[in-house]
Amino acid sequence: MTLMAIAFYIMALITVAAGFLVITAKNPVHSVLFLILAFFSAAGLFVLLGAEFLAMLLVVVYVGAVAVLFLFVVMMLDVDFSKLRQGFANYLPIGGVVALLLMTELIMISFAVADRGAAAGNEPQAFTADATNIETIGRVLYTDYVYLFQAAGFVLLVAMIGAIVLTLKHRTNVKRQDISKQVGRQRKNAVAIVKVKTGEGIKE
Amino acid sequence: MEATSFWATPWGWTIITVGQALAVIVGVMVSLAFLLWGDRKVWAGVQMRKGPNVVGPFGLMQSFADFLKFVLKEVVIPAGADKIVFLLAPLITFILAFMSWAVIPFAPGWVVSDINVGILYLFAISSLGVYGIIMGGWASNSKYPFLGALRSAAQMVSYEVSIGLIVICVILLVGDMNLSRIVEHQAGGFWNWHAFAPKTIIVMFPVMIMFYVSALAETNRPPFDLPEAESELVAGYQVEYSSTPYLLFMIGEYANIVLMCALITILFFGGWQAPYPTAGFIEPGSVFEAIHGLLWFIIKVVFWFVMFAIAKAIVPRYRYDQLMRLGWKVFLPASLVAVVLIAAYRVFGGDLI
Repeated sequence: MTLMAIAFYIMALITVAAGFLVITAKNPVHSVLFLILAFFSAAGLFVLLGAEFLAMLLVVVYVGAVAVLFLFVVMMLDVDFSKLRQGFANYLPIGGVVALLLMTELIMISFAVADRGAAAGNEPQAFTADATNIETIGRVLYTDYVYLFQAAGFVLLVAMIGAIVLTLKHRTNVKRQDISKQVGRQRKNAVAIVKVKTGEGIKE
Repeated sequence: MEATSFWATPWGWTIITVGQALAVIVGVMVSLAFLLWGDRKVWAGVQMRKGPNVVGPFGLMQSFADFLKFVLKEVVIPAGADKIVFLLAPLITFILAFMSWAVIPFAPGWVVSDINVGILYLFAISSLGVYGIIMGGWASNSKYPFLGALRSAAQMVSYEVSIGLIVICVILLVGDMNLSRIVEHQAGGFWNWHAFAPKTIIVMFPVMIMFYVSALAETNRPPFDLPEAESELVAGYQVEYSSTPYLLFMIGEYANIVLMCALITILFFGGWQAPYPTAGFIEPGSVFEAIHGLLWFIIKVVFWFVMFAIAKAIVPRYRYDQLMRLGWKVFLPASLVAVVLIAAYRVFGGDLI
């Protein structure tokens, strides 16, 4: 258990520190990199909980795909930092309210955890002792929650179609490469051998 | 406390695991040195040159000479570079490339960490590989590296999708994500390997070829080496790198290539299984079985590495839009169809064909 405890404290410390640095880092690219570090150590915490499937999904989906696009966009931005800081005082009240709300919620959750959750000895129990947690998730996801699962899929599909519709442009008069046409092209349709008499050239 | 029980305690376990990890890293590094030499020899052979032939017998020590040269050179960091990220990028590439080897089963029972989401772990780590390149390209504060990094980001993310779907085909066939189970599922001769199993060959063999091509794209190997296309981008994200940081990038890249070879071997070519039935004459659990398995694993990995090297030598580079078309319009639908077919086979065709 000691190794688990050491690993937990290291990962938890890294997660919190990285999360803090996300908002304090001056360079937005550094912020995104710290965000990635926070995701990654959160995945480590999932592994410690025994939820290795969730941990891997977190890394594949958030770190491997979503954060790459974040980084992609942030790197391309030409951000003027001094301009960004100008409105700080204007946004302070509304930001403060949101921060206060979040803080209250977090405190309430911590009380709940201390009162009836893991801290009070109610550790999360495995659904079935024999199955791996992929099987367990599959059994719950495709039986009890199958409609919600399908609905989530449809939401994603709609978002995907929406993104395609927004960016699709039908342009006319554009030359495009048609690979099947290129591969299907034959010599007899493309090359004509002509004997040209000197000084006459080709008519037509 | 007895001597035997020490290895069962957390600290003993830690020592054993660190020892195993070191053994794997050293083993992979040394074999990389010779594979790199083999890569150059194959490339030279196709172009009817001699290739490296000066250092040691047949030039075998060439990689070690190169290594010494890289390490002894001066590290140049561009003035406008983001120093920390600039130096972190090659380290990330290097570390991630070796992290993946933790779950690779080299021989029966020879695996550092036999976790039950092994294939997902590999997928997760390889999806992180893109960070080394993006960070390197951005931190260099230069146009060519940045363009190279952007290209590679799009390229690696695109081909990961089809690799993921292809891996799902194999997971569906085996019913397990543990790499050792996947290899054991292919026991008893080459006609049981996923690539050649008669019931599924019509789907799995083309899928294997798609995986091979996607692996070329995923590791930025020619013909898909657009992030470092020298005719367009000088050397892509590596332009500003010199000395040891460059060496780390290169070792990381080659470790990823060999990892992809190992992955094709495990998923489609039976891993450490011999191409003939071994039930009669090899005792399960014996040392001979382990060495026999390791030998076959190495032979298959080297075979796939030679395939990678030949592709580098004989195939001209793709244009970027062609690369994207191949990934999204050909491989993605094709691998989706393969997943549907394999799933249908699992549900309806257990003993049909």
